[in-house]
Amino acid sequence: MAIFEYAPAPESRDVVDLRSSYGLFVNGEFVEGSGKPFKTVNPATEETLAEVATATSDDVDRAVQAARKAFGVWSALPGGERAKYLFRIARIIQERARELAVLESLDNGKPIRESRDFDLPQAAAHFFYYAGWADKLEYAGFGTKPLGVAGQVIPWNFPLLMLAWKIAPALACGNTVVLKPAETTPLTALLFADICRQAELPPGVVNIVTGAGETGAAVVAHTDVDKVAFTGSTEVGRIIARTVAGTGKKLTLELGGKAANIVFEDAAIDQAVEGIVNGIFFNQGHVCCAGSRLLVQESIQDELLAALKRRVATLRVGDPLDKNTDVGAVNSAEQLARIRRLSELGESEGAERWSPACELPDRGFWFPPTLFTGVAQSHTIAREEVFGPVLSVLTFRTPAEAVEKANNTPYGLSAGVWTEKGSRILWTAERLRAGVVWANTFNKFDPASPFGGYKESGFGREGGLHGLEAYLDV
Amino acid sequence: MTTSLTDVASSDAALRAFLHGLPGVDRVGADQRAAMLGTRSIKTTAKAQAIDLAISMVDLTTLEGADTAGKVRAMCAKAVRPGGGAPSVAAVCVYPDLVAVAAEALAGTPVKIASVATAFPSGRSTLDVKIAETERAVADGAHEIDMVIDRGAFLSGRYKKVYDEITAVKAACGDAHLKVILETGELATYDNVRRASWLAMLAGADFIKTSTGKVSPAATPSVTLIMLEAVRDFRAATGRQIGVKPAGGIRTTKDAIKNLVLVNETAGDDWLTPEWFRLGASSLLNDLLMQREKLATGRYAGPDYFTLD
Repeated sequence: MAIFEYAPAPESRDVVDLRSSYGLFVNGEFVEGSGKPFKTVNPATEETLAEVATATSDDVDRAVQAARKAFGVWSALPGGERAKYLFRIARIIQERARELAVLESLDNGKPIRESRDFDLPQAAAHFFYYAGWADKLEYAGFGTKPLGVAGQVIPWNFPLLMLAWKIAPALACGNTVVLKPAETTPLTALLFADICRQAELPPGVVNIVTGAGETGAAVVAHTDVDKVAFTGSTEVGRIIARTVAGTGKKLTLELGGKAANIVFEDAAIDQAVEGIVNGIFFNQGHVCCAGSRLLVQESIQDELLAALKRRVATLRVGDPLDKNTDVGAVNSAEQLARIRRLSELGESEGAERWSPACELPDRGFWFPPTLFTGVAQSHTIAREEVFGPVLSVLTFRTPAEAVEKANNTPYGLSAGVWTEKGSRILWTAERLRAGVVWANTFNKFDPASPFGGYKESGFGREGGLHGLEAYLDV
Repeated sequence: MTTSLTDVASSDAALRAFLHGLPGVDRVGADQRAAMLGTRSIKTTAKAQAIDLAISMVDLTTLEGADTAGKVRAMCAKAVRPGGGAPSVAAVCVYPDLVAVAAEALAGTPVKIASVATAFPSGRSTLDVKIAETERAVADGAHEIDMVIDRGAFLSGRYKKVYDEITAVKAACGDAHLKVILETGELATYDNVRRASWLAMLAGADFIKTSTGKVSPAATPSVTLIMLEAVRDFRAATGRQIGVKPAGGIRTTKDAIKNLVLVNETAGDDWLTPEWFRLGASSLLNDLLMQREKLATGRYAGPDYFTLD
């Protein structure tokens, strides 16, 4: 037994007032859905949290009509007036941050430390940031004319934060929205609906429709939707692109990734190890920009891997609501099956698998932090997005080889470069085909900084001044 | 120690090549890691355990121009019996001229006597004076010597001078343990903190210590983190274990527990004893006692229920 054991330090669930069932949020009201309701579970325990309505295409139609009606009022408001609502929403998110953080961890499985210290502050910051743009659109260079109704479909990895990324710029530019949260994580979006009411946002400006893939498809395909924004898998992104093609709808897609985290031999090793851990184990690796391929210079491979394994062995895996948990639960049984399948493939294709000794809870969906060494570019785990706590370790000899391997993927969302030499950072970053290149850090976000992909990682940018373009009639 | 590591001290150039060949420290990343570890929530049984461990690691310190025999005797009494059944602290830390007083007061107790030496806190004196001061403190009964490095020599790249002074003082210590104070607040960069840590360890330090307490910033979590990484890596390279002592600015139980978390998640179990980790502090002890009492009784007692010595 360790000398210094941390006693359980669970965040209280009492702050969340969980209802047994939730409806759709249409035209400022909670209404019943016409489809068969579905259950959302706590992935850490498999306990059912609530029953949630399913929106059929008729329900989606009503939501789009409500958004269309509200568009007239909302887009006619002076920017400064729209800003007031957004600032109000941002402040309410801050005030109710604990409630939202606990609910997010319950529904998603992510550690409370992350929902508390990352998701919530970032979500509020996005609303504050775009509130600031609402009355300054004419200075952004994309005109001031909103598009109309935006249909938005978001993933389950950062439920509230992705909602903020979608809704804040849309509203700031004068659009109204119909948003569909992921089937496994609808609860914070529904709490956000309550925040919209608390902020006295005009009815119909924000509509939330819950359900599975069919509901999302209905949002995307609706003829009165002017703009589609999607974050999720490349597979679904392709289907959406086909649906939208030729309709005149504006489209932004933020899809998968297989980011390279490149560690040169002159890197600050301890901090590089932190960056690697943060890159792949943050949010259980359910991150589209996760640094899932570690490219390490062969000359420091042994030293770096020893340090990395020592560090990974200290990760605390378990109860997402414990304030000391570093790695929480995998979001769903389906995702766990995918992570298992790809990991088994990694082993059978010849890579060496390693996980620290760690006890996983009996119930719920769990996967230990895992490293694969001896991975080649040709291995499936080096090419396919695992979207889980699984790192593939590859080596390189020269900077040119590092860049070649980093770019040798159909994706291009993010990359990391670790070196103490400034000129090498610039040389490498210039050659990496990725939307974001982090130098001597990883997973750093700011609402003022645009985010988006190359190639199969999607198109369009979210965040920053660039993020406005997607919601204005340029 | 391996041959390759004894060779590195042969000249300024060899030391420079070695120390500047150590991996760099990225300030942003190091600060971020230390801050993250600062969010660990240590409650209930873990807190009670941490408080007693922290008390047993305290080097109870008085280093004032106004120190007197009376003051030192009173502090020694508190060091042995902090009150409320708490364990005694690891050591007292005093100026050299008061070592004899402390030795008399602590005779027959497990509490060690540490003495600052080598023209503390600036270190700006000649080597013969530093050695004489060290020998005298040891002769008067000091078990541990807290020396300061020559920061001027370090910052001007005269690593050999720093190294030679440490080896000379170490020789003067005899059986006494040597703690080498880096005064990280004056070294300024984290790269320097790592290099100075290695330099001190190569030269034979038994402990590396952050600060004198006379310069701000003193024992910041980031600096302690980097020094813990250094002792961890040094043991992996040489097999020799070195202790760490953050000192200066650690005033609250929260600060102390954050330090224990740093040890736990950086160097690990082997350093979680008073033999290998110390907290240099004066006012910290009473806050630890107050929190200890609060955990035991559920209530905060007023400050007058804790002795001031």
